[in-house]
This record gives sequence, structure tokens and C-alpha cells, in this order.
Amino acid sequence: MPFGITLRRIVLAVALAVVGASGVGAHADTLRARIDALATADFAAKEAIINELAAAGDAEAVPALTALGNGDLQVRKTDGKVIIAVRDGNSYKAIDPVSAADLGPVDRAALDKIRVNNNLRRVISAVVGSLTLRSKDPSVRRAAADAVFKSRDASALDVLDEAIAAETDNGIRRRMVLARAAAILQTNRPEPDRLAAIAVVAEHGNQDAKDLLSSVAASADGEVKRKATASIALIEQSLAMWSVGQNIWYGLSLGSVLLLAAIGLAITFGVMGVINMAHGEMVMIGAYVTFMVQEVIRTSAPALFDVSLLIALPLAFLTAGAVGVVIERGIIRWLYGRPLETLLATWGLSLVLQQAVRSIFGPTNREVGAPSWMSGAFELGGLTLTYGRVWIIVFAIAVFILLLVVLKRTAFGLQMRAVTQNRRMASSMGIRTTWVDALTFGLGSGVAGIAGVALSQIDNVSPNLGQSYIIDSFMVVVFGGVGNLWGTLVGALTLGVVNKFLEPYAGAVLGKILVLVFIILFIQKRPRGMFALKGRAVES
Amino acid sequence: MKAHFRTNLVAAAALVAGTLFGAQAASAADDTIKVGILHSLSGTMAISETTLKDVMLMLIEQQNAKGGLLGKKLEAVVVDPASNWPLFAEKARELIAGQKVSAVFGCWTSVSRKSVLPVFEELNSVLFYLVQYEGEESQRNVFYTGAAPNQQAIPAVDYLRDVEGVKRWVLAGTDYVYPRTTNKVLETYLKDSGVPAEDIMINYTPFGHSDWQTIVAEIKKFGSAGKKTAVVSTINGDANVPFYKELANQGIKAQDIPVVAFSVGEEELAGIDTGPLVGHLAAWNYFMSVPAPENAEFIKSWQAFTKNAKRVSNDPMEAHYIGFNMWVKAVEKAGTVAPDAVIDALIGVAVPNLTGGYSAMMPNHHITKPVLIGEIQDNGQFDVVWKTSGLVPGDAWSDFLPDSKDLIADWRKPMSCGNFNVATGKCGGKGS
Repeated sequence: MPFGITLRRIVLAVALAVVGASGVGAHADTLRARIDALATADFAAKEAIINELAAAGDAEAVPALTALGNGDLQVRKTDGKVIIAVRDGNSYKAIDPVSAADLGPVDRAALDKIRVNNNLRRVISAVVGSLTLRSKDPSVRRAAADAVFKSRDASALDVLDEAIAAETDNGIRRRMVLARAAAILQTNRPEPDRLAAIAVVAEHGNQDAKDLLSSVAASADGEVKRKATASIALIEQSLAMWSVGQNIWYGLSLGSVLLLAAIGLAITFGVMGVINMAHGEMVMIGAYVTFMVQEVIRTSAPALFDVSLLIALPLAFLTAGAVGVVIERGIIRWLYGRPLETLLATWGLSLVLQQAVRSIFGPTNREVGAPSWMSGAFELGGLTLTYGRVWIIVFAIAVFILLLVVLKRTAFGLQMRAVTQNRRMASSMGIRTTWVDALTFGLGSGVAGIAGVALSQIDNVSPNLGQSYIIDSFMVVVFGGVGNLWGTLVGALTLGVVNKFLEPYAGAVLGKILVLVFIILFIQKRPRGMFALKGRAVES
Repeated sequence: MKAHFRTNLVAAAALVAGTLFGAQAASAADDTIKVGILHSLSGTMAISETTLKDVMLMLIEQQNAKGGLLGKKLEAVVVDPASNWPLFAEKARELIAGQKVSAVFGCWTSVSRKSVLPVFEELNSVLFYLVQYEGEESQRNVFYTGAAPNQQAIPAVDYLRDVEGVKRWVLAGTDYVYPRTTNKVLETYLKDSGVPAEDIMINYTPFGHSDWQTIVAEIKKFGSAGKKTAVVSTINGDANVPFYKELANQGIKAQDIPVVAFSVGEEELAGIDTGPLVGHLAAWNYFMSVPAPENAEFIKSWQAFTKNAKRVSNDPMEAHYIGFNMWVKAVEKAGTVAPDAVIDALIGVAVPNLTGGYSAMMPNHHITKPVLIGEIQDNGQFDVVWKTSGLVPGDAWSDFLPDSKDLIADWRKPMSCGNFNVATGKCGGKGS
């Protein structure tokens, strides 16, 4: 008897194992069949297949779906097999979409991408979201909750309920509750449920919430519509308050760009009095140095990409500074005291430099990438701050302080100020005025060069880069007060903020005109700008 | 890097050679046919136009390799109008009267075209204008092989409305004639199709606008009204890079608010990391990724000509390819390069385009083209997601503007009129 039982158990176990294995096999086969069908389907058929995969509720489909959304799901032309192509250094390797087995290296040219469009990407992110709500990785769960919130997919409600019950992370649970509320609002659940959902969404209080409630208000009626409309009004009120802060932020950010562009000019034009129309081209040279540094890094040391800007900074300073010294020695020193000729000579020089860059690098834009720490945005209350802009503000202020220290606290700064204030006296004190001139011009140009490194992050790196900043730079320096660094700082930030407050009301074109008119009127009243230098040196 | 340098040396050498030859050939005479190339090689527009000069040089070289035209060699005469609009007219005059060229290929901006029009009319020569433009023009001496608004803007809006389900529209453009006219056409078109005025936002920015924070935030705000929103962008070349960078930074994805652009092609994308932009759209009549044998061959010879295996091709290049081949065919048909004969012979000429079909010159001096909608991919290319089922004939006068809806252009005899008013039955109306 004991023997019989054991035998029966063994038989049963074997049978179960066989059934189980065949079940898994059949299941993997249908999954594979569906994935293979994607290869030949058109957009509508693909959507149907994705929805089938979603209905099967099978988490194993997630890698294939994610790859499809990213454009990595490919058909191998040689055998028509569907694979996931993953970048592996400079080549690609194939991965099986179901078993995740490594299928070895593959030639990109031998692959046909399975195409998706925006609609399919939306469907995929919704499906992947509902399939990964129970993932072990908290960041995946968070992304899943956000995806479901966006898709407002009512069919995900059951999974959401389970996921919320099991969730241990409070932040993620909040997102899931929000996603659940969004999904409930798409259903015909009883009014109290939907009103509670509106309250959850309204509490969230950002633009996405407003978007969702607006669509509810448009389609619902009765109490739900009333509550949604009231919540929208509240959200709009708080958004309007935040938008003042947002405008100030945009203004400071624009101001920091203006400051960077103008600060080199504050030295060459402000301190030395040279009307330097080639200033913008120094900025351009800095940007091209950044491009070349990144180009070298891309080909020989990709790991250093994140510090490429830091490497570019000293190089840009030295390159632009050296060009500046050459310009001063070669052209400008012959033209001191003849502003009109200086203007014409530097203007011509700017055209020469532009065309030289155009001949060497070509007329088209060059790609300068953003390091990872400068990409993306974060939310601070109701403000959206982008990392790139935050760093540019920090950088502009740092450059400003550094320059102030150089001018006020170093021997070179002292000589520089001495020469500009009274050349003959400085000369009789043993200062080599000609070299101070050259180095001052070099310093201004070098600072313009490092501004170019920062500007390469937000603007085109093209031969025209400098031209677009030259007028703004002169505007800032003249408005702030020639010869005064603080004036340049205050001038740049004021113009930035004023511009950004005008823009929403007047539009970008009229806003810019109004700022120009404002400056003209201001200069009429105070010809020396905001912070005018006083004393004999100025009068002469 | 090195490759670019070499390319440019070659281009520079070609330019010098072109100018020298041009200067010599004025006396050298009748064994060559001269072709004028009127593209800016310096100044702001050099970014777009220099490439097109190279395309023309390549096409001429290829034609010469095939034995030239009417038994004579073709000879390129390159001039540089330096992005300076009045200079365009001067240079055009120099090409036609001084160099005696048989046809001129060139101009990018509408204002440069308007500036040379009187010259071509006065000296009776042939201009091929090869960029997409705002329409509202048909001139006897000009042949337009770029897209008119009905070959680009309107199909794009149809696609967004029908496929993406867009109900709310942002029309964003640079403040000059092409975006303003195109947006006027689109606004009327949208309103006619039942979009209420509060669901259309129109925004203009100055040339080279680089601080997009406020506008992108406004677009985001406009898009949070519970209706699917899209941006239709007629933003001009240079301002696009900062615009797309700002979109990416503020996290606006194509799945949420797609942007469809009419001035962004493969060349413009070469300056941006397109990873965050996947799914944003462009409407053109050609994409480099189109799998047609003619296209593969064109790309191969273009990359060989520029000695750069990564060089991209774009829509205006295809327009040059079509325009040049049409001119060649018309000259062969007429048996002469005399302008009047060529102008008459051009109508009805059909040549292969690069998307696997034929384009034909119509009596209104515009051509038939397919319209393609492409989505930006992370490698800087576009994937075609939609295509018109047939060819779309270019409409010189928009049906959606009150001033021009009664106008048609037909340069065949006996009408021979660029702005025939079907309501009054008379030739002449708004425009030239």
C-alpha cells in the first residue's frame, strides 16, 4: 500500500509536470506567435495584437512591448525572426523577445524595424503600465502608476486595487490612488465614487489634473460636472499664482543667458571702451570648441561625456582668449581712440570669422549634446525647473563673481583698472600698458568663449550663433552702465525679467520691441546707464 | 571632422572653379550651356542654401557624365547673393544678362524670390524655385517644384485630426510671410471644418528666437484643457533647435502634445539629439528613409559627391532633383534652351521623383507630389507613418483665402494667365 501510494504520487507528479510544461510551452508559443505577427501587421493590426497581449495579462510580454515602443523590436531580414536589438558598444546584439536569451551580435543593416506611431506608443505605455503595476522594482511601479494615470484606462481598475492594497511605498501609493481616481472618472460608477475621485484629482492640483477634470466637466453632468468645474477654478487660481513665480524664474534664466553673453563685452567695451562687434564670434568660437571636445570624446572616450563641458571650459577660454589677444595686437591697437574705425574693423572681422568657421565646419548646425546632469526637469511646488537652466544660472553667477575677484583682488586687475583710468600715469608707474591692453582684451574674449560653452546647450551651434547675441549684449552693457560689472549683472537680470513678464501679454515679437523702446527712453534720461561711473576719468 | 573639412575644401574649390569658369566662359562661347545657381553661400541663409548649391553641382556633373544636353556640356555658374535680398536681384541680373545662363536654380526665402521676379520678367529667363512656400503666386518665368500649402500643411492637419484625434491647435511660427500666410490658410481651413476659435492659439516669434521657456509653458497650459492638443509649427530653421530642446527639457512628449513641423527636415535634425523628440512629426514630399531604388541611388551618389558617408538628404534636395530633371527634359523636348520654347515645353513634363513615382509640371507651374507624414526617430531620421494615396497637384492660389479662392493659374495658350479670376472671367487680380 505505501508503495502504491508512492507510485501514484510519482505518476501524478510526472503528469502534472508534463501538463505544466506543455502549458508553459503553449503559452510561450502564443506569446511568440503574437509577437511574430507584429512583424507584418499594419498599425491597426498591431494595436489589436497589443490589446490581446494586454487582455492576456501576461507580464512576460513586457520586454517585447517596451522594445516595440522604443523602436528596438526588429525583424532579422535573413530568417524573418523577431528580435530585440540592443546597443552593445558600437555594434548591436540580438535578444530573444520571449526568453531574453542572448542571440549574439547582429548587423544593424540586416534588421528591419517594426514601426510604431504615436498612437501605438500611447497604447503600449498604457498596457505596459497596467502589466507592471505589481513589479518588484519601485521605480517601475512608479512609472506604471503614472502611465495608467495618463491612459485613464478603466480596465486597469482591478489590478490597481490589488496594487494599492499591496503597495508599501507611500509616494507610489499616492500616485496609484491618483491613477485609480482618473480611471474611475472614465466609468459609470455611482456618483459618490466619482465625486471622491474628483476630490483626489483636485488635490493633486497641477496641469495634468486640470486637463483630466476639464474633460470630465465636458462630458459629465449634474453634481459631478459642478464639482469638477469648481475644482478646475481652484486649480486655475493656484496655477495663476505659481505662474508669477514661474515668470520670475524664466526672467532670471533669460537674464543669466544675457549676462553670460554680455559679461565679456563688459570688459572689452565696458572697461576698455572698444566697440567690439566681433564679440559674438568669440562666443561662437567657445561653442565650437565645445563641439570639438565632444566630438573627440565621442570617438575616443565616451565614458567622459558627462564631463565634456568641464573639459571644454578651460579650452574655450584659452582658444577665444588667444584669438582675442591676436585681434588686439593685430588690429585694435592701431585703432585706439578712433571708435568709428574700430567699429568697422571689428564688424568686418566678425564676418571673416563667421565665414572661416563656415568653411571649416560647414554651414549647418553642429550637434552639441547635453550631459545627463543637465537634461530633464524637476518640480518645485507648482514650478517646473529644468536642470539645464538651473546650471546656467549657477554658472553665470560663478563667472560673474570670478571676474569681479580678478578685477578687484588681483595685481592684473589693478593694472587693468589703472591703465583704463589713466594710461599715462599707469605707464609712468612702470606698467606695460600695451600688454595690459592685449591681456584685458584677451580676458574679455576668453570670458565670451566660456559663455559659448554654456550657450551651446541652449542654442544652435552654427556660424550665426554670435550674431544673435551681439545686439542683446550691447543692450545689456549700455543699459547697465558702461564700465561697471554690477551694472551688467543688474541690467541683464532686469531685462530678462521685464522681457518675460511682457511676453505672455504682448507676445514675443512685441515684447522685444517694447523692451527696446524702454531702453531707448531710459538712455535718453540716463545716458550713462543705471550705474554710471563718476569722476575725472569719465569726463575726459 | 576631417571628412567635413575635406568636403568643404572640395566645395570651396568647386566654388572658386565655378566662378573662374563662369568668368572665362563669358567669352568662351557656344559649346556649353550655362546654368545659374543663385543660393546664398554666406550670411544667415547659408545654413540651408549651401547644401543646395552642392546638390546642383552634383546634378550638373551627373548630366555631363551622361553626355551633357543637346550635345553640349553643362556648365554651372555659381554666385553668392549673401543672404542679402536686394543682392539677389543684382546677382540674378548678372547671371542672365552678364553670364547669359539658360536657366537659374535658386532662392530660398520668399522675399528673395519676390526680389528677383521683376528681373526674370524683364530679361525673360527661367527660374526654378525649389523650396516649399506659402503659395499665392504663379509667374510665367518661374517654376515651383517645392510644396504649396495644399501639398504640405493641409494634409498634415488632416492627419493630426483624423489619426491622432487632435481637437485643439497651436499654430506657432516665425514672424514673416511664409508662416503668416500658411497659418491664415490653416486657420480658415480649421474654422471651416468646425473648430471653434477658442481652440486655436496662434503665436509668432522673431527670427532666431532662442528663449522658448514662456512659449513652451503656454503651449503646455493650452494643452491642459481636456482636449487632445497639437502644435503646427512653421518655425523657421534656426529657431527650431532651441525650441525642440525646450520641449524635451519641459518633458512634452509626442504622445501628449505632438508637434508637426513644415520646416524641419533631416538637415535641421542633424544639430539635435533626437532621443527625446521621437514621435514628433514633419510633413514633406520626401524623406531620406523612403525605400525607393531612385532614392537609394540618389543618396549613394550624394554621399560620394560630398565624400561624407553620413551626409543626409532632404526634401528641398529632392525638389532640386525634380526641377533640374524637368528642365533637362523640357530642353530636350524643345531642342533649344531659348526661354520661350523651354517655358512652353515644361508644362506637362513628367520625371521620376525620389519616392518611387512620377511628378509632372502642371499648367500653373506647380508640380504634382505625394505628401508624406514622418515621425522623428532617435537616429535623426523620419519614419513615414502616413502617405497620400495618390499625387497631390500643387495649388498656386489657396481655396481657403478670400482674396485668392476665385483665382486660377494656367500658362497654356490661349489663357496664359497666372491669376485668372473665374468669378469675373478676367485675367488679373491680387498678386502678380
